[in-house]
Amino acid sequence: MTMREKIEEAAVRYPDRRSAIMPALLIAQKEHGHLPGPVLEEVADILGVERIWVYELATFYTHFHTEPIGMFHLQLCDNVSCMLRRSEDLLRHMEDVLGIKKGGTTPDGLFTLSTVECLGACEMAPVMQVGDDYHGDLDVARIDALLNSLRATAGRVVGVEPASIRPSGE
Amino acid sequence: MFDPVLLRNIGDPDSRLLSTYEAGGGYRALAKVLHEHSPDEVIDLVKASNLRGRGGAGFPTGMKWSFVPKRNDKPKYLCCNADEGEPGTFKDRIIMERDPHQLIEGLAISAYAIGAETAYVYVRGEYVMAIRHLEHAIAEAHEKGYLGRKVLSSDFNFAIHIHCGAGAYICGEETAMLESLEGKRAQPRLKPPFPAVAGLYASPTVINNVETLVCVPHIIMRGPDWFRDIGPDKSPGPKLYCLSGQVRKPGLYELPMGIPLRELVEDYAGGALPGRKIKAVIPGGVSAPLIPERGLDVGMDFDSLAAVGSMLGSAGVIVIDDSTCMVKVATRIIEFFHHESCGKCTPCREGLDWAVKVLHRVEAGQGAPDDLDQLKALCKGIFGNTFCALGDGAAMGLRAALQHFEPEFVAHIEERRCPFH
Ligand SMILES: Cc1cc2nc3c(=O)[nH]c(=O)nc-3n(C[C@H](O)[C@H](O)[C@H](O)COP(=O)(O)O)c2cc1C
Ligand code: SF4
Ligand code: FES
Repeated sequence: MTMREKIEEAAVRYPDRRSAIMPALLIAQKEHGHLPGPVLEEVADILGVERIWVYELATFYTHFHTEPIGMFHLQLCDNVSCMLRRSEDLLRHMEDVLGIKKGGTTPDGLFTLSTVECLGACEMAPVMQVGDDYHGDLDVARIDALLNSLRATAGRVVGVEPASIRPSGE
Repeated sequence: MFDPVLLRNIGDPDSRLLSTYEAGGGYRALAKVLHEHSPDEVIDLVKASNLRGRGGAGFPTGMKWSFVPKRNDKPKYLCCNADEGEPGTFKDRIIMERDPHQLIEGLAISAYAIGAETAYVYVRGEYVMAIRHLEHAIAEAHEKGYLGRKVLSSDFNFAIHIHCGAGAYICGEETAMLESLEGKRAQPRLKPPFPAVAGLYASPTVINNVETLVCVPHIIMRGPDWFRDIGPDKSPGPKLYCLSGQVRKPGLYELPMGIPLRELVEDYAGGALPGRKIKAVIPGGVSAPLIPERGLDVGMDFDSLAAVGSMLGSAGVIVIDDSTCMVKVATRIIEFFHHESCGKCTPCREGLDWAVKVLHRVEAGQGAPDDLDQLKALCKGIFGNTFCALGDGAAMGLRAALQHFEPEFVAHIEERRCPFH
């Protein structure tokens, strides 16, 4: 299905096409990796809604990226339950081994490192989301193993457009 | 021994499949309702059970449903609140991942009761597995005639759509959720009008939490007396408690409403980590004021917790031990609310910004002597003066930390360092 078809399919679920902006942005982001201006305009055109409505949502919700991010987005939870299980040690460790600070992307474009609010999986704190997958009960050894397996995944799929890669589970 | 009801299937590796759900008696409540009860009778049964909403505020569910006007030309909507953003809370995720049919049956019965033919399940975008399992379950239910046109050969037509959130805690607030569903920035609406009268697309709308909806089929099958006989009269029923933090056995526990917090933490969740002592517990997600260890003999229900100045909220129980700096915990909580403030009203937007700055300098050992007074004044300025309950939750959380652990704040300021590092 093309992006337009997917968006049209989402739009029929609502009596008002404006409601489909959020689903459309999620579809567009999956397609393009991030949401630069021309993509936002395309979404507005497909749905036939005001461009400003689309811009408003793309900037309000934290899952929408108007700037490019790495192939793997490492989203470590540092909210209270994860903090109590020492997520900050894991952040420091990842900053060290990746050579970037939180918010940064590795020069090879492989990893973007962020901290996020509660992922709703506090029973397995500390938790990190990478792409569609949750990784819980983390410690330094598990983080190292995870980073290595992500690197290996990236190696296997060289040549594929980075943004369309999902590390596992699909 | 309490037999789990809401979690009875989740140990089964195939718990999410229709075949498992049907084998355990699933969808019989829906058939019973469609063939034996009028919508009003369903509302009366839910009223008789005393079911109170599990999303935080504990509003009586049957009463909420009865506010939906009977005569109205507009379509009615049911919205399921599956945004689950309250730190410490993960119960709805586990239901959706492991037993999605239970939610679908709850949605169908509830929609029938209020006269809705369309339901939107607003799930936070992070919950990819929950969304997939729910989508699969919806397809299965459709195929078997539990959804779609003329459900189980009755006159009831019903469709469920999933709407994915995109990372904003405020979407959990019911009117902000409606704005978000309408394709706008999620900012709360002024009430009245209440959603039951003018909600989604200005149509009558009911918004219920996942756990609230999954109680409904059990009330139908086992009867309201069964439900009311569990836990306290005024807030009865089985309840999901999320246990996390510095405790031996974090996890999701189903136990009666009103179980003492101490029993929950020490007996069920195994108590403090080796060599540690419990210092405080947050009983209902980070907007619920924390309770110091000496206060743990309180019942986990809406009224008992309110009586001690806290709240059941989302039942996200976070355990904090004696290795932890309470200034740090309070700072992290306020950082969260500051980050998630939607910006609509000044006390929340500006007040939390200021509070975060003061807390950061206290935590770093650079606090000024009057910083505690400033924080108290900020709580006073925020609480009761914000547009929605997000600001109140933040102020209550900070106020409780200041009240119960003031010496730790004072020590940071006087010693000009964190005594825990
Ligand atoms: C800031 C804020 C966030 C909220 N988040 C949630 C949430 O994630 N899930 C939820 O069910 N209710 C949440 N609520 C409560 C809802 O506004 C609403 O009361 C609830 O969904 C009603 O469902 P119930 O009657 O079944 O409890 C939140 C409220 C506020 C003020
Ligand atoms: S209290 Fe905060 S979240 Fe609620 S409306 Fe005001 S600014 Fe928005
Ligand atoms: S606090 Fe980290 S998943 Fe909830």
